[in-house]
Amino acid sequence: MSNLKQLATRQAPLCGGHRACAGCSAPDVVRQVLMASADPVVVGSATGCLEVSTTIFPYSAWNVPFVHSAFENAGASVSGMEAAYKSLKKQGKIGDEKINFVAFGGDGGTYDIGFQSLSGAMERGHNMMYVCYDNGAYMNTGIQRSSATPRGAMTTTSPVGKVIQGKQQQRKDLTACMVAHEIPYVAQTTPAHWRDLNAKVEYAFSIEGPKFMNVLAPCRLGWGYPMELTMDMCRLAADTCFWPLYEVVEGQYKLTYTPKEKKPVEDFLKPQTRFRHLFRPENEHVIAEIQQEVDRKWERLQKLCTL
Amino acid sequence: MGKTRVARTGNEAMAEAIRQINPDVVAAYPITPATEVMQIFATYVADGLVDTELVPTESEHSAMSAAIGAQVAGARTMTATSSQGLALMYEMLYIAAGLRLPLIMAEVNRALSAPINIHCDHGDTMGGRDAGWIQIFSENSQEAYDNLIQAVRIAEHSDVLLPIMVTTDGFIISHAMEDIDIYSDGEVRDFIGTYKPLQPALDYKKPITVGSIDFVDYYFEHRRALAQAMSNAKNAILEVGREFGSKFGQEYGFYEAYKLDDAEVAMVCLGSTAGTGKDAVDNLRKRGIKAGLLKVRVFRPFPAEELAARLKDVPQICVLDRSDALAATGGPLYAELLAAMFEDRADHTVINRIYGLGGRDIKVGEIEELLSSQVSAAAGGKSIDRIGYLGVRE
Repeated sequence: MSNLKQLATRQAPLCGGHRACAGCSAPDVVRQVLMASADPVVVGSATGCLEVSTTIFPYSAWNVPFVHSAFENAGASVSGMEAAYKSLKKQGKIGDEKINFVAFGGDGGTYDIGFQSLSGAMERGHNMMYVCYDNGAYMNTGIQRSSATPRGAMTTTSPVGKVIQGKQQQRKDLTACMVAHEIPYVAQTTPAHWRDLNAKVEYAFSIEGPKFMNVLAPCRLGWGYPMELTMDMCRLAADTCFWPLYEVVEGQYKLTYTPKEKKPVEDFLKPQTRFRHLFRPENEHVIAEIQQEVDRKWERLQKLCTL
Repeated sequence: MGKTRVARTGNEAMAEAIRQINPDVVAAYPITPATEVMQIFATYVADGLVDTELVPTESEHSAMSAAIGAQVAGARTMTATSSQGLALMYEMLYIAAGLRLPLIMAEVNRALSAPINIHCDHGDTMGGRDAGWIQIFSENSQEAYDNLIQAVRIAEHSDVLLPIMVTTDGFIISHAMEDIDIYSDGEVRDFIGTYKPLQPALDYKKPITVGSIDFVDYYFEHRRALAQAMSNAKNAILEVGREFGSKFGQEYGFYEAYKLDDAEVAMVCLGSTAGTGKDAVDNLRKRGIKAGLLKVRVFRPFPAEELAARLKDVPQICVLDRSDALAATGGPLYAELLAAMFEDRADHTVINRIYGLGGRDIKVGEIEELLSSQVSAAAGGKSIDRIGYLGVRE
């Protein structure tokens, strides 16, 4: 993997001056992923915060080719670009330099509306990487629940009411869904664990075929924490095992980070106003349920890593 | 010029044109009755007869999305679909046009659900009529083949850069065998030329951003430029149609006029019904009724002035629409033609009959009866329903 000094010399694929919120982690995810590529990249994106905040015409924050067409089709759209590259290269219409194709989508564009398009692109075996920056809700439209929203979280479509308080369902395990596609590489990480992210992306770019990365991307507005705590939120997610860091290479699970001491999930929930109502006495059972679910999945993951 | 006379269905003719065009990428999803186009083309890919990367997607939405990605990347890209498949693409049709991508589609006209129906009408294509795609209708397999070859040049014309769909009528043309002339691969390839994308996204040394967000300060200008491109397409269609004629023998324009010069009554239609209509016109003329026919080939851009000028001296006009706009004002061809003819202030009677929905057959006799009754009503000073339905149990 590259060291910090090496990474610092690479041109930033996404420059400053874009309109993402202060404290937004999505640009960090993008920079870290793309700077891990020693080869040229071509980027596709779903509609969402990342796309609207970086491409306000006539400006663009992108120093690399960037293509957006719609919300639910980043997988298909980038698969088409990769097919074009293969065809044109084979025919000698372009040079034969390696290009890494990367699709970015938020959780709405990936877990929900773009799930089919992602699944199709992975199944067809395109040589591309799909990166989900998972902030756990439809943040671009104003914090609506998605299938990535954690149990208990308050969003504008899972509000805290007198009868129902926050999201009633557990979140979808998209990383597991992608493992079930039996593609060459699937991983989960966060931008705070930059060595981990860099190593995973560098490895993924070194292999042929479809790759999927699920990257936790805290949203200070939707989660409700002070903007300077974005990276702390990533660390808390990993240290509570709410968001374990692992990779699955050709079906083999491997934990890439084990917290020295597994913290209680409250430590992750407490700083976020979206979970504030859970700390009322009548909602204690919800926190217990969340903890149970985290424990169950953590134990299962550890077992999978021994197989 | 090397022509070969062969028997081909509409789908076979379109697949043959796609083989000769040899697109860099084809992305598609199966749907009746267009499935066969891609099935045949897949055998060309499997046998190494083309250089194409075939992307068999998991839906039509993804087919159009992958096609957009491929074309943005710098590849000449094609697809084929019908009906619900086209409807699933509608969102992406607007985007392909808005991004000014010269994508090429073989569209086999089929009715839209509900009720589900696999047979021909034009409801699917009409649903995409305001999406910014050039739309060309074909009467038969020969035209489908010729139109698809011309489509490449029209879409990629530097004054145009718009996506284009060439349509045939489901089953009536797509699955019916006719003798057609196929031109040699070399001549077709010379005619279409090589695709030179202006700013391919794969050119990472000159990175571009595609699909930006426009606010109130730019969106209107971009849509205005799109509208201008559609206006420019008119000249490109004529230019390419003339050049096609000088090279391959058959010239193409916005429409075909059949026995129209002295006509007292004319039917106006799209697609395969023109073939049926020509027989009806011949029969009516044998009976002493001066009938004629105007087949509209290009629906988008709508050649309003040209159609109105051609019909200026025809007193009785019957517009046959194979789709219903469900606007309580008749079919789309009627509405647009009527608007086009308004300016000439001539003394016409223009009626509309919606026919053939869901593949309901239209017979020569029905058209004869329709046109002759319009003529007798006019002669007898009787009124006739302006808008109505033909061949339906009411």
